[in-house]
Amino acid sequence: MTFGYTGKIAEVNLTTGKITDIQVDEKILKDYVGGRGLGVKILWDRLGAKWEQVDPLGSENLLLALTGPLTGYIFGMRICCTGKSPLSNGIVGSTAAGEFPMELKCAGYDGLIATGRAEKPVYILVTDDGVEIRDAAKLWGLDGKDTIKEVNKEVRELLKKRKPNYGLWKEPALLYIGPAGEKLVRNAAIMQKWTHACGYGGYGALMGSKNLKALVAKGTGKLPDVYNQKMLGELISKCWTAQFGEPQDRNWGTAAMGYSTGAQSSAEPVRNWQEEWHNEKSMGIVQYETRNWVKRYWSDYGCCKSCMKLSVVKSGPLKGAITDSPDYELEAYCGTNLGIFDPDGVVYMAGLIDDLGMSGINTANTMAYAAELFQRGILTKEDFNGIEPKWGDPIAMTALAKMIINRKGIGDVLAEGTYRAAVKISKMKNVDALQYAVQYKGIEVGAHGIRTGSHFPYLGYALSVQGGDHTSIPRPPMSEARSTIGDSLVVCTISSPPGLRNIEWEFFKAVTGWDMTAEEWTNVNGKRIIQIQRAALLLGGPDLFWEPDIHDDNPPRWYTPLPSGPYKNAAPNRDQLMMERKNVYSLMGWDEKGIPTSEDLRLLGLEDVDKVLQKLRN
Amino acid sequence: MPVLKPWIVRDYIKCSGCRLCEIACSLKKEGRIWPEASRIRVFMLIPGAEVPHVCTQCSNYPCVGSCPVKALSVDEKTGAVKVDDEKCIACGACIKACSGEVPHMHPEKNHIIICDLCDGEPECVKACSYGCISKGTRSSSINFDLYAIKPEELTKNLAINLYGEKGEELLK
Repeated sequence: MTFGYTGKIAEVNLTTGKITDIQVDEKILKDYVGGRGLGVKILWDRLGAKWEQVDPLGSENLLLALTGPLTGYIFGMRICCTGKSPLSNGIVGSTAAGEFPMELKCAGYDGLIATGRAEKPVYILVTDDGVEIRDAAKLWGLDGKDTIKEVNKEVRELLKKRKPNYGLWKEPALLYIGPAGEKLVRNAAIMQKWTHACGYGGYGALMGSKNLKALVAKGTGKLPDVYNQKMLGELISKCWTAQFGEPQDRNWGTAAMGYSTGAQSSAEPVRNWQEEWHNEKSMGIVQYETRNWVKRYWSDYGCCKSCMKLSVVKSGPLKGAITDSPDYELEAYCGTNLGIFDPDGVVYMAGLIDDLGMSGINTANTMAYAAELFQRGILTKEDFNGIEPKWGDPIAMTALAKMIINRKGIGDVLAEGTYRAAVKISKMKNVDALQYAVQYKGIEVGAHGIRTGSHFPYLGYALSVQGGDHTSIPRPPMSEARSTIGDSLVVCTISSPPGLRNIEWEFFKAVTGWDMTAEEWTNVNGKRIIQIQRAALLLGGPDLFWEPDIHDDNPPRWYTPLPSGPYKNAAPNRDQLMMERKNVYSLMGWDEKGIPTSEDLRLLGLEDVDKVLQKLRN
Repeated sequence: MPVLKPWIVRDYIKCSGCRLCEIACSLKKEGRIWPEASRIRVFMLIPGAEVPHVCTQCSNYPCVGSCPVKALSVDEKTGAVKVDDEKCIACGACIKACSGEVPHMHPEKNHIIICDLCDGEPECVKACSYGCISKGTRSSSINFDLYAIKPEELTKNLAINLYGEKGEELLK
């Protein structure tokens, strides 16, 4: 008996309409657990041998939405979406919080795999009765709020019809795309609720390429049996007691960082990272909490932390906008990085970007990039079809966002994401436009700068297998493996109660009965996931290939000294970093070219990966 | 002074949507986590406007009166509705009789489930740290029957309370 798993994953072939239940071998579950780990394994097994030829937006790519064994048992559950990334051409484990994973489990599934491509827009519905493909013609084109509204209505009516005596049906949970994903905006997100995004990786575009508007689940079943129910009950109670005993710990979530990461740490993006310092007191958390927050505590299922808050613009020209906190990342990317420093403007932009199904970090990075090119005169009003994307102007930024999702004018180029747009604009305008692009291997960077030397590590993003993803970077002892456990279990890494930082291992034991330590995970299981991801990233293709020598590096902007603030003139020394990189490569089990070594791969049992990488070694 | 019966006090706007109440209820009643078997269910028909939905113990107990097989009764001490699982034929008459459509079927077994107030010490309120639900009493000046109300109706109110005019559009 495998505890903590329902034991089946539904595979839906959208081309043929065939739906199959697949079972995953217990040995593979033990090794890869779920979410990111299991996704990486499945992707590699199916596509590894022909990785470079697989078009991420072609029908041969897979979309995986996977839960983990702790889904529903532990605070802060998330879903992990993955596939061959349309942005990095590698693999990104992209997670978002919400109720979808719980509903999927309660309907009897550990995950969903979508293959092929539907001829017309569809959505996949998972209920106690199984999996079905349904028409999504009337959902196509809808924004997030309308998509949820319409799906709720349709599915609740359907369930009522099917089981009229059940009583009131609760709402189903959705993973869906907005207009951005439909239009194959490469950094579009897969969304949950209104505001929770699987942002990194561009999986919204992958879903769009399959004509798949949403994955919808409503189950009434119980969670799977666990190894030790008593131990689990005690852990839950321990977490609640710890969290309830420290009310201040959940007062602000990450939202208080919108001021402090700029003003104190000098690591917040300001106007496309031209600066990382600001002292705009209007961004102080006290402003948001008193002006915009209509709910101080807003949670997803099972979370006792409530880092999300619910924000509304109540008056003025932007009235009616709704979003969560915004959390730090979106305060930065939909705020300071667009030159917007007033809470109403930031709430509005974050809400808009979520509604359109863009990624609040990634697409917003592209928007700021475009605004800088406008500031520098590289892109002109004509390129923008008459709009002027000036810093700090939410209305002009809205027009820009709409140009991107409608692929109008320069929006068609920007819809390819910051890196691809930069390459294209460089050619179009005969300038080096890449120097202003702040991204890593196609993935726009998270809102945490490195230039001060104290906020995020100098080589973190450069060596990450998930590019600019701020949640997955190697940290001393130069291992990225630690990040893979959160994404594989699939739990939230910031929702653990105070003082209980590593308690997920205890939950893991109570639920699955398997013994695993953080150390073992770091050295074996997690490392295995990282090595496969590194292999996929280096293989890349078909439109782009990364060369470690060039691309395992920071963007030029981050070698430019900080122009302002307490860390004025700070910047890493590139020559020194490139020397250091060699040592780090070997710590990560990579050779001097940055390729995972045969020795390391064989030790991890990844002979198949080793074989495929042989062509890169010559 | 007569001893007042217990009641689950609701302050809807404070619901965070964490559903720890559902977890607590299903752990107590079913020995495991099982959201749909929870006697209190949180509806999220509009994100942000979460509504905990649970029995209010009406003064005239229309559900009890509607039961064709007398499977429902009222607990003398707490005033809670008790379900005789063996007698219940899962016909759904009590759901229709309730103006809030509060009762729902056990997702696996063939009987209705209704909050029994855990014999006066509701487990759900212990899990709510936001003051959305708490343990109180049935004082005589309040008409508790009015809390037998559908989540759709409360969602509308809450959406307008939270989002203003924008809330009107969200439930159209």
